[in-house]
Amino acid sequence: MKVLVPVKRVIDYNVKVRVKADNSGVELANVKMAMNPFDEIAVEEALRLKEAGGADEVVAVSIGPSQNQETIRTALAMGADRGIHIEAPHEIEPLAVAKLLKEVVAREEPGLVFVGKQAIDDDCNQTGQMLAALLGWAQGTFVSGIEIKGDSAAVVREVDGGLEHLEVKMPAVVTVDLRLNEPRYASLPNIMKAKKKPLDSLSAADLGVDIEPRLTITRVEEPPAREAGIRVSDVGDLVDKLKNEAKVI
Amino acid sequence: MSILILADHDNGQLAPATLNTVTAAKEIGGEIHMLVAGDASGDVASAAATIDGVAKVLTAADASMAHGIAENVAPLIQSIATGYTHLMAPATTTGKNIMPRVAALLDVMQVSDIIKVDSADTFQRPIYAGNAIATVTSGEAIKVVTVRGTAFEAAAAEGGSAVIEAVDAGGDSGLSSYVKSELSSSERPELTSAPIVISGGRGMQDGANFAMLEKVADKLGAAVGASRAAVDAGFVPNDYQVGQTGKVVAPDLYVAVGISGAIQHLAGMKDSKVIVAINKDEEAPIFQVADFGLVADLFEAVPELETKLG
Repeated sequence: MKVLVPVKRVIDYNVKVRVKADNSGVELANVKMAMNPFDEIAVEEALRLKEAGGADEVVAVSIGPSQNQETIRTALAMGADRGIHIEAPHEIEPLAVAKLLKEVVAREEPGLVFVGKQAIDDDCNQTGQMLAALLGWAQGTFVSGIEIKGDSAAVVREVDGGLEHLEVKMPAVVTVDLRLNEPRYASLPNIMKAKKKPLDSLSAADLGVDIEPRLTITRVEEPPAREAGIRVSDVGDLVDKLKNEAKVI
Repeated sequence: MSILILADHDNGQLAPATLNTVTAAKEIGGEIHMLVAGDASGDVASAAATIDGVAKVLTAADASMAHGIAENVAPLIQSIATGYTHLMAPATTTGKNIMPRVAALLDVMQVSDIIKVDSADTFQRPIYAGNAIATVTSGEAIKVVTVRGTAFEAAAAEGGSAVIEAVDAGGDSGLSSYVKSELSSSERPELTSAPIVISGGRGMQDGANFAMLEKVADKLGAAVGASRAAVDAGFVPNDYQVGQTGKVVAPDLYVAVGISGAIQHLAGMKDSKVIVAINKDEEAPIFQVADFGLVADLFEAVPELETKLG
């Protein structure tokens, strides 16, 4: 079985995001970029499945400008076998991403797609569900546990009240949550090896998909800042302030 | 304008965030309908019919609808979507799971997790863990929107008298089946709707130490939460997690104990009315958003807090 893992290039999660002065978006120039942390978990899960004998090839795919090839190389350095880069502008909406991925699925015929539950830039939480819809496949979302059982997979989902166990028919799209695993670091020898792994490049037009945005972002601004508070001297002072000043207890 | 809201429920009760979604829908304007897809969920439909502002409740009763399986519910919504200008749901794990599947079936882009309605087609939503707010306009004929509950007041649960109408549930797609749930049982209020939340971070050192927070929570009628670091360290289950990738809360009082204040945690709680931080590291970023900061060893401060609350 082949596993497809879409990986998104986003601003590194340690970087403090700055809104552009003209309120047209956030500053991306000269900012450290990295693989979306949830997608790292997806790559890791695919690799573990392969190492356990449950998959024979892990293919990483990324959609965006040419720099996205670095993100694919990161996945290859972790252990993915092959990469596919689809050239597209940076701002591409989840629906268009899902349509492109659908075409990749048609070409590659994976048995499973592992993808992060959300990207930490637009925080949309849509792509996996949309891809499953377009393919007519089962979806396991926000997954923190998975076991493949032949033509189905037992998944554990992180839901608001706790956990939910589902049986999803394969092939399936599985969106991964934080607690599924802890992604490995790529070793230096593996980073060197990754440079020689195959990486194909395509364009959105090659796949015949319309990627024009459907939504217009008219303004991006900083959230209202909280005013700095005060330090209290001890617990008694705190309780007094909460009771008599803030009146919240 | 005509809006259909997907009710989030457990076949017995409506999830509170459904009421906040009604308020967001009222701000858009137009007639509001609510879909209750479930099994033996008559009580939920009755409750939905009394929500102030809801004109009609559609019920799709079938065993295949019992557990909110997206592969079954999404085609149902698609089948009744014609005529609606907006399809909405709370941005709970149910809404987040189902609505993008609906949007893709309808070939429209979804607007996720809105925090403000500017007009019928323009919304504000947080991006980058709430470090920026984007104003987004949708030109789609049917706008699929999920709503952050804490950003809108709850609509009154009483006062409405909607008609209840059955629709064809459609049936089982055969793609996914429900096995079981492991729900955290707690006498304490639910995290996202609790008026007071007390959360622990990595500084708690051990899951057993959360008992200290629980004692304080019980005196205050508070819910207990945690930072991602505490969840990652295995102290508490993931459904305690407050943050960008967990739950977003905005209580009257949020008490952060042993939490450093990583960006992704602040994203989940910085809209709280009053924030208290207890941390022995006076440089911890949590103090920058705290109204009241106490630099202290939590293992001394928390038991003392419990005592002083009487």
